[in-house]
Amino acid sequence: MSEMTYRDALNLALKEELRRDPAVVVWGEDVALYEGSFKVTRGLLAEFGEDRIRDTPISENTIIGVSVGAAMGGLRPVAELMTINFALLAMDQIINHMAKIRSMFGGQIFLPMTVRMPSGGGSQLAAQHSQSLETYFMHCPGLRVLYPSTPADAKGLLKSAIRDNNPVIFLEHELLYNSKGEVPQDPEFLVPIGKAEVKRSGEQVTIVAYARMTVLALQAAEELAKEGISCEVLDLRSLAPLDEEAIITSVKKTGRAVVVDECWRTCGLGAEIANRICEQCFDILQAPVRRVSGLDVPMPYSRQIEKLCIPRTENVVSAVRDVMSGRY
Amino acid sequence: METKLRPLLPDQELVRLYQQMYLSREFEERCAEQYTKGHITGFLHLYNGQEAVAVGATAGLHQEDYILSAYREHAQAIVRGAEPRRVMAELFGKATGICKGKGGSMHLFAPALNFMGGYAIVGGQFPISVGLAFASKYRGEDRIAACFFGDGAVNQGTFHESLNWAQLWQLPVLFICENNFYGIGTEVHRSSALASIHRRTCGYDIPSEKVDGMDVIAVYKSVRHAAEKVRESGRPYFIEATTYRFRGHSMADPGKYRSLAEHELWKSRDPVPSYAGRLLAEGIATRQALDAVEARCKEVVDEAVKFAEESPWPEDGAVWEDIYV
Ligand SMILES: Cc1ncc(C[n+]2csc(CCOP(=O)(O)OP(=O)(O)O)c2C)c(N)n1
Ligand SMILES: [Mg+2]
Repeated sequence: MSEMTYRDALNLALKEELRRDPAVVVWGEDVALYEGSFKVTRGLLAEFGEDRIRDTPISENTIIGVSVGAAMGGLRPVAELMTINFALLAMDQIINHMAKIRSMFGGQIFLPMTVRMPSGGGSQLAAQHSQSLETYFMHCPGLRVLYPSTPADAKGLLKSAIRDNNPVIFLEHELLYNSKGEVPQDPEFLVPIGKAEVKRSGEQVTIVAYARMTVLALQAAEELAKEGISCEVLDLRSLAPLDEEAIITSVKKTGRAVVVDECWRTCGLGAEIANRICEQCFDILQAPVRRVSGLDVPMPYSRQIEKLCIPRTENVVSAVRDVMSGRY
Repeated sequence: METKLRPLLPDQELVRLYQQMYLSREFEERCAEQYTKGHITGFLHLYNGQEAVAVGATAGLHQEDYILSAYREHAQAIVRGAEPRRVMAELFGKATGICKGKGGSMHLFAPALNFMGGYAIVGGQFPISVGLAFASKYRGEDRIAACFFGDGAVNQGTFHESLNWAQLWQLPVLFICENNFYGIGTEVHRSSALASIHRRTCGYDIPSEKVDGMDVIAVYKSVRHAAEKVRESGRPYFIEATTYRFRGHSMADPGKYRSLAEHELWKSRDPVPSYAGRLLAEGIATRQALDAVEARCKEVVDEAVKFAEESPWPEDGAVWEDIYV
């Protein structure tokens, strides 16, 4: 184990997989010479050369389409979209092509590719650059969607994504890049796709979260512990496939649930999870499932009001108090 | 070869071009300072070095003509007539900002001035410009749409789709590429198979030309001529203005991918002092007169910062406003 940032953990995962498998190639806007907008691809060009680490034109739909073709042709591309917002320009290749090719062609081919995207809001980048679009991808069958909260998960999940034979949308939270944690150095350390993890165990309320929302959930749990409320924090890590078993097991133990997501509330990830809990835990629920979500508004620039649009720790704390107190 | 200034425009107009370039530069310098102080947050892409393009081009257009741009658009908005103090307030995220603090640096907008927006999705403004040109033509208005964009934007699908569309439907769009030779850290020949950008219009049979974007008069002449052509023919036209940004891509970028020698070479052609030199050489303005212009610009920017500082934040309830009509 050694302590490193989320950014460096991702960087290490890329390096290890590039060393391990010559079929792995990395490309995207400014990933090579500039070493990435968020510096996740630092040092790759120097170590692996320009055949494998390539800068692309600003052509998002084609970045994904070329990756699809390369994956069909036997490579294992890892494409970077500079941020998740630009994936909207690539939705045709992602949804109509990447997600469908295996099934539409009767399972005769598979696409071992990964698309990395920095994601999330909170840096005053305004409406076009602050979006949390995770549910857009979760909604589409044929895609895996991963979104780690810790450096160790970032490393282990990215390695699993690259080795996986399905197309994977790999989300990275922009505000977590500098966060630190212990990361296993073993190049065979993998985090399984489709497995949530209990990041803090507790008895009375399950807080279901992912990515930066897990950090808020853990802070909230710490604060609530002082009031004698015991929270279990479940970090989804994989958004597709969802680890329904882990969610249900935890809620059956605690009898209460709060789901925290960063996306727009309407049709958000929290709605999906709340419904699955309701379907399977109706008998034992002691309170309605509460959601803490992003506001249903285009993100405003001004920091004074931007902060109102993204869940804060205090929102999680008060949602938990509500389900505990019967105020709902 | 530099043209003589005098027959081209009245002296007063020639000095006004200087005032606009100087104001743009001063505004950006103060933005950088306010960003460092933490008053401006988020992304901040400064225009230093490219002033001759916005100023020359705007002078070559009519006030009724639409202007659209990307996220490096402070100067375009201000030169078009946006109040510096309301732009600065926008950058501070204040309620008095030009977009009520909702847009920030990358999303200025002033429809009363026919400044139809700064867009932060590379290539987003191409089809919108085509649509505005269509609406003008349909309604029989005498105006064209001027669409500004960078060298990096020409590899987006919307670029090619919009060029084709504008020509196919015969729409009055003036495409103005600000080729500063870099899209973030990627030099133009590393992203475009044909790095001579104005030649890329041949697939759509759109006439094009290249102009020295460090020379405000060259830009003015080129845009005025092109805008006339667009207005007369009702068809698109394309200008590539070669220029250079003196700062990094944004405040977050130290810009290490460019050599010092290259930077120095372009710096020696700084459009602001070199134009001042021409005004003096031709006796259009005295040094004293230019000093007064500069002092006034500084005052305007000082006032803008003060106004932004003293302005109120948006109310919490503002997040729910202006989403639907
Ligand atoms: C669709 C999209 N992809 C990527 C980005 C990230 N990005 C912002 S600016 C930029 C470079 C654009 O370069 P250019 O068009 O030359 O404009 P300049 O910054 O030089 O003015 C990139 C890649 C974006 N904003 N939108
Ligand atoms: Mg450029």
